Amino acid sequence: MTTFAELLLNGVSLGSIYALIALGFVVIFRATEVVNFAHASLLLAGGYFTAVLHDTIGFWPALLAGIAGAALVGAAVEFLVMRRYRGSDHSVLAIVTIGVDILLATELTRRIGTDILSLGDPWGDAVVTLGPVSIAETRIAAFLAAALLITAFLLAFRHTSWGVAMRAAAENQETAALMGIRLGRVSIGAWAVAGGLAAVAALFLTVFPTPGLERSTSLAAMKAFPAAILGGLDSTTGALVGGLLVGVTESLATGYQGDLTFLGRGIGDLAPYLVMVAVLLIRPAGLFGTKELARV
Amino acid sequence: MGGTALALEVADLSAGYGPVRALRRVSLEVPEGAVVTVLGGNGAGKSTLLRAISRTLTFHGGAVVSGTVSFGGRALGGLAPDRVVAAGVSQVPEGRQVFARMTVEDNLRAGALGARGDRATKAAAMKRVHELFPVLADRAHQRAGLLSGGEQQMLAVGRALMASPKLLLLDEPSLGLAPLMAARIADTIREINAQGTAVLLVEQNAALALRLASRAYVLEVGEVTLSGPAAELAASDEVRRRYLGVVDEEAAADAASATTTHPVLSRWEEAR
Repeated sequence: MTTFAELLLNGVSLGSIYALIALGFVVIFRATEVVNFAHASLLLAGGYFTAVLHDTIGFWPALLAGIAGAALVGAAVEFLVMRRYRGSDHSVLAIVTIGVDILLATELTRRIGTDILSLGDPWGDAVVTLGPVSIAETRIAAFLAAALLITAFLLAFRHTSWGVAMRAAAENQETAALMGIRLGRVSIGAWAVAGGLAAVAALFLTVFPTPGLERSTSLAAMKAFPAAILGGLDSTTGALVGGLLVGVTESLATGYQGDLTFLGRGIGDLAPYLVMVAVLLIRPAGLFGTKELARV
Repeated sequence: MGGTALALEVADLSAGYGPVRALRRVSLEVPEGAVVTVLGGNGAGKSTLLRAISRTLTFHGGAVVSGTVSFGGRALGGLAPDRVVAAGVSQVPEGRQVFARMTVEDNLRAGALGARGDRATKAAAMKRVHELFPVLADRAHQRAGLLSGGEQQMLAVGRALMASPKLLLLDEPSLGLAPLMAARIADTIREINAQGTAVLLVEQNAALALRLASRAYVLEVGEVTLSGPAAELAASDEVRRRYLGVVDEEAAADAASATTTHPVLSRWEEAR
């Protein structure tokens, strides 16, 4: 029972990080209808900035720099690449993001090499014990940070002019333009926000118990894809629920791996995708996704 | 135009979608504070005209080929859609196009995003819209998609008014509405105009449009075929026959001779 509680808590914490990544993914999709395959590279970029800078300027400034850096990279991708293709088919745009991803990932991999970089977080490997349950401080910090950011984001999405513009553009680009909403701004803002959220996620994907930032960190970030998809690509609520579902599934599947040996090793990595397939079989639009509606 | 200042001036405008020409050398004027209507059937180019003015043709793969559009002496050609709104021209698109998943209030807020001006101006615009359409205040927190067709049209008009435009472009506001609701929308257009906003009204419902407008243009297959004071057009045989559904004997005879003079392809006949 104790193991179960620990796994559940870890899963929720991990899930909240996936939710953070998935949220960025959904924001870009809603604002521009583009499936952003370069998201994992944005995350890696944010983590890399923090890792390189924390020795010289300290952890917190480095984290801020990482967030700003990833936001800037996101905005640059939108401005320099995606904008040239505006009006193209969405599947073309999605393939363009794969190209961008390859470029970014190659450069970052070259820089990181075989190193495992520490992001210099203040939590280290400290563990908090609550009765029989012990949980790493980093996991608590991850959950709190994600909860705070997600709340702030949802409030802004609902109440600020930025949020209204974003939602209007998501519903109907042409009508939004008729309202005088600048679609270019909405789209660049979405990419920047997604980059910033990814940078925070990068921090918590690389802290204890993970060794640090390495080339394969972007693979961990990929698990946010099933989270976004099973939640419904265009739903912010879906991103949160999907993230938690994937996190908890992964944590439990990894934790009970010993009892699941008949499935072979590494079921933990596979579980998120299995959940996604199962959900999509029952609800093709995802848990909270909008079904394609056409009025005649 | 006898000294009245022109708000909108469209000169020799041609526009199209790829190889398809939708407008041919269309010229049209809206004096300041006036209601002008453009009549025409489906595919006459009415919506293309409004898209060309609002600069949203690109969303449909279209472009202005030649000619100019200017508002208050300022050329609108080449501007982004948000600059057109900022210049004082707002459009209520065909089919209402309210943001169905957003609340009524957020729809109105979205309408104010393109406006210049501070909080006070926007609050005043919101007050004006709520006075024109009290129902929008009552339903402020309801999703726009749940409103009735007439209420959605009110919301679409109210949303455009949030930018405090000097010229309002209306694309078939009576489309799909019950006659009573259409009449109410007409009253509102009159009221909006009385408050000093010029209106360019695109309509298939010629009877309604000609009652509201001081000047009218008839658009057919992308060209202006008739224009003049609305009252004169309403009295002209051609408009009465074609758009007002008034059939007198002479016109009926005309129509009969028309069918006989145009040979009908047999294959076409069968297909129907």
